[in-house]
Amino acid sequence: MSSDTLLKINGLSGGYHRQAIIKNISLDIQKGDFLGIIGPNGSGKTTLLRLLSRILTPQEGNILLEGNDIKEMDLKKFCQKAAFVSEDTVINFSFSVLEVVLMGRIPHLGRLQVETKEDLAIAEKSLDITDASGLKEKRIDELSAGERQRVIIAKALAQQPALLFLDEPTSHLDIGHKIQVLDLLKRLNRQDNLTIVMVLHDLNLASEYCNRIVLLDQGMIFKQGSPREVLTYQNIEAVYKTVVVVNDNPINSKPYVLLVSKEK
Amino acid sequence: MNAYLKRRLLVLSGILLIVALCGILKGSVNIPFTQLLLKENQPIVNLRILRILVAIVAGSGLAASGVVLQAILRNPLAEPYLLGTSSGAGLGAVIAIIIGASGLYLPLAAFIGAISSIVLVYNLARQNNKIPEQSLILSGVIISVALSAIMVFLVSISSNEVLHSITWWLWGNLQVYDIGLLATAGIIVFSGIIAIYIFSQDLNAISLGEEEAMHLGIDVEATKKILILITSVIISSVVCICGIIGFVGLMIPHMMRLVVGPNHKILIPATCLAAAVFMVACDILSRVIFPPLEIPIGVITAILGAPTFIFLLKRSQRAK
Repeated sequence: MSSDTLLKINGLSGGYHRQAIIKNISLDIQKGDFLGIIGPNGSGKTTLLRLLSRILTPQEGNILLEGNDIKEMDLKKFCQKAAFVSEDTVINFSFSVLEVVLMGRIPHLGRLQVETKEDLAIAEKSLDITDASGLKEKRIDELSAGERQRVIIAKALAQQPALLFLDEPTSHLDIGHKIQVLDLLKRLNRQDNLTIVMVLHDLNLASEYCNRIVLLDQGMIFKQGSPREVLTYQNIEAVYKTVVVVNDNPINSKPYVLLVSKEK
Repeated sequence: MNAYLKRRLLVLSGILLIVALCGILKGSVNIPFTQLLLKENQPIVNLRILRILVAIVAGSGLAASGVVLQAILRNPLAEPYLLGTSSGAGLGAVIAIIIGASGLYLPLAAFIGAISSIVLVYNLARQNNKIPEQSLILSGVIISVALSAIMVFLVSISSNEVLHSITWWLWGNLQVYDIGLLATAGIIVFSGIIAIYIFSQDLNAISLGEEEAMHLGIDVEATKKILILITSVIISSVVCICGIIGFVGLMIPHMMRLVVGPNHKILIPATCLAAAVFMVACDILSRVIFPPLEIPIGVITAILGAPTFIFLLKRSQRAK
């Protein structure tokens, strides 16, 4: 195993009720990767992410984080290394934004330990990074979807993880807010070498932001590699069963995907 | 905990002292403050102090349980009365009394009733490993009605005098019959509340959602089991000393979330204090409305509880 491998997935199978949705996946995720997981509905993207983040237990195979089987790791220790941002986090209790972000410090605290000044500083810095400092005193249940997602990312950053999982973090946002959140992730990826593993529906956003893409089909890896290697019309048509045109973006020459209707 | 919130807790404690004093002075016979320490008033003062202690134990126990159930089930309507836990405890206690148990066996039997009814309601409501909000309350109310019916049936046909009356069980009563039982229940309830407080950080995380809590390193399944066990212990002790009293566990936690916010580190103590104040005040009302008649305390909590709850709900909706 190369020393730059952060997460090593060996022959992983898993799912719900003994039924395997993910079937025998092996994959290495390197430090500093911005990895996109794409695939049609039901191909197992979210299930894979839930296995990687310990919500589900593997039925077969294992997942090594820096060489340690995550199943054997202390849950709090694991959460000091890996944080998770879900599609849309609806919170019914009116915590203040700062209280929510401070909860990101829970993996670092003992049961009765009170947050220190240092924890508070980390939480405020996380809010700063996600451009959400102005929301600090607001209540989480009165924010817009875009603001809320920035706060949830700030909470994840307060965990000071080396690895960040995101499950379609921008699907509820308009294009302006999508770019804002993804640009933020890109900046964290570049500046702080934060490894990002993200499930995305939008192939063009995956192409724009990810350095590596994994294309899933029926719980197995159909193709993995750079956007150029994965996002070919042959691959997409084979997996999504639809006709597409793949071209190069004139500005950065990354591939982009155009959908073609079958109706004339 | 900042100074502002500490001040609110202090204010609540002050109010509790004042209300408790009123509880000693007021009743079918009013005692003037200056005669509080007179010897001829001692028996009545002692009786009223005991009632106030029951009110404090019952109020804080029920409301702390409400806070926990609302957080771990993430259901704003969850509370021991509506989930059938109180009825389960009541039935357990009634059966124990009929077969002649006493002392510590009484809360133990109530505990078996409470935990069985929670397991029953939980499994009845569960569909494909998920618990839909409405289905939980629906099964809670059904189980509550069914268990109360069995309880009333048993009390009706039994001639055992220790059983008090049907009203005692269904609507609650703060009269103290057994000081030993009160002391036992009091110790159990307050140990339970301290145990819950130890989990306040976990409760905060679980309020965000179960998976969110797991991503923060919390063993959600184990935490939920422990907390359900603790609330069952608390509720069974409360039911043994004062019967079934509804709405306290629903109303007070919601009221306090509006006053001090949802952070359990402050919400739990604030709720316990406020619920104690509320119960003592309700008890005063129950004794002074039609003296020497006494209105069952559960009637007062329901009559006061429902409109207060609606008002608070509307206010928080407007605030959004």
